[in-house]
Amino acid sequence: MSETTQTTTKCPECDAAITIEAGTLVNEILPCEECGAELEVTGLDPVQLALAPEIEEDWGE
Amino acid sequence: MRIGVLHARVRHEEKLLIAELERRGVDLQRFHIEATPFSLDAGGAPEAIQELDVLVERCISHSRALAAIRVIEGWGIPCVNPWRVAEVCGDKMATNLALSGAGVPVPRARVAFTPESALEAIEELGYPAILKPAVGSWGRLLARVNDREAGEAILEHKATLGTYHHSIFYVQEHVEKPGRDLRAFVAGDQVLAAIARHSDHWITNTAKGSRVEGHPVTDELREVSLAAARAVGGGLLAVDLLESPQGLVVCEVNYTMEFKNSIEPTGVDLPARVVDYILEVAEGREIIPSAPLADTTPATQPAGGAS
Repeated sequence: MSETTQTTTKCPECDAAITIEAGTLVNEILPCEECGAELEVTGLDPVQLALAPEIEEDWGE
Repeated sequence: MRIGVLHARVRHEEKLLIAELERRGVDLQRFHIEATPFSLDAGGAPEAIQELDVLVERCISHSRALAAIRVIEGWGIPCVNPWRVAEVCGDKMATNLALSGAGVPVPRARVAFTPESALEAIEELGYPAILKPAVGSWGRLLARVNDREAGEAILEHKATLGTYHHSIFYVQEHVEKPGRDLRAFVAGDQVLAAIARHSDHWITNTAKGSRVEGHPVTDELREVSLAAARAVGGGLLAVDLLESPQGLVVCEVNYTMEFKNSIEPTGVDLPARVVDYILEVAEGREIIPSAPLADTTPATQPAGGAS
């Protein structure tokens, strides 16, 4: 598993500080507490975030 | 042992499963469904996939999952769940046919192809009736049609504003339920746990904020849930049930089950039990059916979960 130690980065939407907890995985979704955007972790070394895809009609379980 | 996990968005469930698989010491390979194209050539499987003992499908998109596992099974890799199971469970009409064909109790349902015939189906089933998209989850785009005027309006909107599959109208009878529905988590021939989902709203999906409680696995719940699982081909399944005045009826069967809200209320380590099943499949102790399922699977169809 690609893990990281706790670090911080910036929200790509509003530039707010985002804490990346230890154990976070690539493709995990994190909320931005400031702007509410859903962010996808696209890389861990270095940490990279992108706006998560919008929910599509066939998503689910 | 080499286990693959096919995913897109990593939900809490995928994190739990990945952590549990790593704890068991398996050689874990993660594959993002969008990372690379899939070859349809004979022998086109990438080396990393060729060496898998089993691939666990955990994608959030039904249509993409279905296409991907169809290809991967074509490469000879066992998938949990198999694409035939995903095909049946991902489409409420196909699920309904499989369940009713196997004698599993289900709400009465109709499919119609014009707003006029859909209204006829609604009136035959009686008000209120439920309109659902055949493909969809998390309680989205469901409508309880309380009277003819509402029905006409909803059907017109679906036909006009929706994509083409919203003009295939799936209509289900409304089942009076006691403010909750039930869910059974099935792995092979076992019911791992059950929950009740309570809500003041008629939609009781946890994605809509319902309150979850552990629920006893009664004889009836076990029998109906396992019959439903067998009817759709077996595997790792979440069977949603309604408590009708005539007994339990199966509303739908989910093949990429979400369980994060059910671990604490049930007291069952669902990630561990799910991984137990995955390892049984990887070791060949759990047999996944390879034969195509008929739309109306007979009750005597060998269970996918038979070990």
